[in-house]
Amino acid sequence: MSIKITLTVNGVKHTNKVEPRMLLVHYLRDVLKLTGTHVGCDTSGCGACTIHVNGKATKSCTMLAVQADKAKIITIEGMATHHELHPLQEAFNQCHGLQCGFCTPGMIMTAADFLTRNKKPNEKEIREALEGNLCRCTGYENIVKSIQYAADKMSAPKARKTKKEATV
Amino acid sequence: MIPVAFDYQKAKTVDEAIAALSNGNSKILAGGHSLLPAMKLRMSQPSKLVDISSISALKGIKEEDGEIVIGAATTHADIASEKLIKNKLSIFAEGASMIGDVQVRNHGTIGGSLAHADPAGDWPALVLAVDATIEAQGKNGKRRIKATEFFTGLFSTALQENEIIIAIRVPIPPEGTKATYQKFSQPASRFAIVGCAVVRFPDGKTNIAFTGISDNAFRADNAEAALSAVIFLSDHYASAEYRKHLAKVYLKKALQAVV
Repeated sequence: MSIKITLTVNGVKHTNKVEPRMLLVHYLRDVLKLTGTHVGCDTSGCGACTIHVNGKATKSCTMLAVQADKAKIITIEGMATHHELHPLQEAFNQCHGLQCGFCTPGMIMTAADFLTRNKKPNEKEIREALEGNLCRCTGYENIVKSIQYAADKMSAPKARKTKKEATV
Repeated sequence: MIPVAFDYQKAKTVDEAIAALSNGNSKILAGGHSLLPAMKLRMSQPSKLVDISSISALKGIKEEDGEIVIGAATTHADIASEKLIKNKLSIFAEGASMIGDVQVRNHGTIGGSLAHADPAGDWPALVLAVDATIEAQGKNGKRRIKATEFFTGLFSTALQENEIIIAIRVPIPPEGTKATYQKFSQPASRFAIVGCAVVRFPDGKTNIAFTGISDNAFRADNAEAALSAVIFLSDHYASAEYRKHLAKVYLKKALQAVV
């Protein structure tokens, strides 16, 4: 049995026929070749496969591709806009929020969902928000700092261009 | 890990889902956060999944005739953040926010958790403590099952073969009721090694329910007698002796929180 699904991934509409047992993470990685989403534990524990499904952080190893029919999906590949890093990507770079980098896409996707609900989080809240994501390098200190950096940047009033800069 | 191949049907109505269930070894798929992990491990091998996630009648939380009515396909996250729950049934908000992690709470549903009846699930203790009823629908119509009669053993419930849970009904506790859910979690999965839900009504009546310590969640209002009669689970997370110790510790914590 195969089933036709249509979904939007990072703003691009895709239609494919898939077997019902195909996991969403395998659809993203093997069919769409979006390999930024990682398979870590494959048992809904580690969070490396976290993506956004209709705006909600989701472990894509614990969802079937057929369940995502008609959904809007964002993966790590959809975070940067116009070649400009998302503030969380910039923050992980600036604050050395990654070591081996395997958990990073999931960390960023979980953090992005969290920061839409809590724009000015404290350290405890950030640590609680990461309860579903594991870092095997145990680099949590800098991951927490990165998310704090991004939260500060995203909630800061946008610097307005001066008249001079604007005309240059 | 790949599940065994199966057929898939998205049901648009509860009747359609019930009709689809009658074809052999079928299972209901709601959030899938209990079922899919079991299927990936091939501990569960249904030949067909009937997806009920797009049936809007099964979602949402409302107040009706002195009861809070929660649709079976409502997610843990929606229950934890719903104002009506926070105001009138705060133990459900507290308990829901302790399930798994945020990604799991975004998809897992209350009905799915109850139907799965994991011995370490959180909802079983919560629905037992608040005197909830589970509303189920099958070929012969709807019926209501008391939570105290719902859990019948390890991963076993009073649901009939072709019945699905459609709602959870909870009498709104009177003003002045205090309630809490305390649990000692397995640190990776956050399933309860011991979970204790306590509801203390203004007249002093106290409901106590445990999960995680035996084959199925149970009421233990007379806690001393109940804990001395129960057969404690023993696994690589905790020995029976350790669970027994933790049950007393978490009961004490819960009782202290409501007096």
